[in-house]
Amino acid sequence: MTAIIALSLFGISNLFLGFWFPRKTIQLITLLFLVVSMALTVSDWNHELLWFGNMFRTTNTSINFSLIIQLAAFFVVAFSKAFGQDDEHTHPAEYYAIMLFSVVGAILMVSFDHMIVLFVGLEILSVAMYVLTGSDKRNLRSNEAAIKYFLMGSFTTGILLFGITLVYGATRSFYISNIGTILTSTAPESMPSFLFIGVLLIIVGLLFKVSAAPFHFWTPDVYEGAPTIFTMFMSTIVKTASFAALFHLVSGIFGSLYTIWVLPVYFISMLTLVVGNISAVYQQSVKRMLAFSSISHAGYLLLTVSSKQISTTSSILYYSLSYTLATVVAFAVLILVSEYQSARVEKPENFSSFEGLAKNNPGLALCFSISMLSLAGIPLTAGFWGKFFIFSDTFSRNIIYPVILAILMSAVGIYYYFKGIIAVYLKAGEIEKIEVPALFKIALWTCTLGTIILGIYPSLVKSVF
Amino acid sequence: MQSIPEIIRTIPLTNYIMLSSALFCIGILGVLTRRNAIIVFMAIELMLNAVNLLLAAFSSYYSDPSGQIFVFFIMAVAAAEVAVGLAIIVMIYRNIQSIDIGVLNKLKN
Repeated sequence: MTAIIALSLFGISNLFLGFWFPRKTIQLITLLFLVVSMALTVSDWNHELLWFGNMFRTTNTSINFSLIIQLAAFFVVAFSKAFGQDDEHTHPAEYYAIMLFSVVGAILMVSFDHMIVLFVGLEILSVAMYVLTGSDKRNLRSNEAAIKYFLMGSFTTGILLFGITLVYGATRSFYISNIGTILTSTAPESMPSFLFIGVLLIIVGLLFKVSAAPFHFWTPDVYEGAPTIFTMFMSTIVKTASFAALFHLVSGIFGSLYTIWVLPVYFISMLTLVVGNISAVYQQSVKRMLAFSSISHAGYLLLTVSSKQISTTSSILYYSLSYTLATVVAFAVLILVSEYQSARVEKPENFSSFEGLAKNNPGLALCFSISMLSLAGIPLTAGFWGKFFIFSDTFSRNIIYPVILAILMSAVGIYYYFKGIIAVYLKAGEIEKIEVPALFKIALWTCTLGTIILGIYPSLVKSVF
Repeated sequence: MQSIPEIIRTIPLTNYIMLSSALFCIGILGVLTRRNAIIVFMAIELMLNAVNLLLAAFSSYYSDPSGQIFVFFIMAVAAAEVAVGLAIIVMIYRNIQSIDIGVLNKLKN
């Protein structure tokens, strides 16, 4: 809990540090801040406590989710290079401050025990992301992404709020634990009918945020238009936080209303898998392919939603961690390559600009390939175990057909992830040695090593979760 | 002299639910059909205000203040959202001299 107060203060102090220090110093200070807040988060370990008038609950699960979120933020900050043309005019301190604030929102979203905290956390996270998405002010693509994200995001908030209100109308409480008790102790037939509409609206609102089909249409455009560093932020932190909130609400509180939402959720999960994977096959741009891949990963995660077993939480955590590690590397290499190619080719984010990367940049090519292998779920990488745990978990609950579809779809996934690896190693192309800053290089190799270590010794982390 | 919650309670709760749902649906229709960014924005505000109305009604019916406190949070957050949203619209207007969201379609393959 102290972590959110600390992060807010760090964010404010970051704004002032911008007066005196250049970007590189602020970047290092922000990394330090994140390490401190991670340490503060860990200090709550094994103390299940309620804070802020019982509205905020720290459990080991919520601590694990907050740690994954802060770790992702740590890597995003480490991978951040100059924002825009030069450091003089872009006020880099503000970007770091906004990132810290949005991490606060994400932590609120994974540990709420009251609907107000969920709503405020979601908004802190989203409003910060609208600003970051549109931060490339003169670029029309960034503008378009910002307005699309903003309109869709506030629309979603409206739907979520209407759902919360209807659930409040039926249960007379905003406290998650109270709502859970009321819903389990009352027969669903004696509840007012708008309760069910409310539950479905809350689920739809959060499905918009995790970009599950058919609510995914904004995702590819927003991910493609936003500056790549903030796409990295969105696809890891926003996704993990929203999914944690969805899982907490749906499997925890609405568990007794299982019959209402279970079929829609499985249908949406399967639709997401099909739409995400099939659309990703046709993409020419790596960034857009990664956007569709993040949609399809939401589909895999949604398979777990109806479970109440404790082992499921650990599978979700493992999957989120492996997905985060692989995605940040993929986006980091994309940042370097598209920056190098932006002066040379018309569309620097396409697969074609990766051609021949391995010749002069074997390290980058290796990192990129390992992250692609992990996203595809090839053994000896973290992504394989992430998928394995989720599939075996879902299978053990006798949910057969969605798992079969998910396995088929991950085979489709192999096709488009390998397109990247083929472009890097087998195609001929001219890419000179790309200069990589030291910090960037360290973060890149840490993530890649993490992916491999988690792939070889999955129990190392699984036992903690 | 009746208190305000009593006045609110003279109308059946179902009517409030119907009214708010109708306002909410008008808001959704506005978001889906209008092309002007400001109008879309107003439609979203209409959705939020439908929620506020319903919360206030539930709150007086149940004599529970937490519903009205939630309304304050929604209003505060909506104000912050308006600030950011209008900033984005101004930024777009400076670049393309238009706030028609139909013009923004660069991001399609």
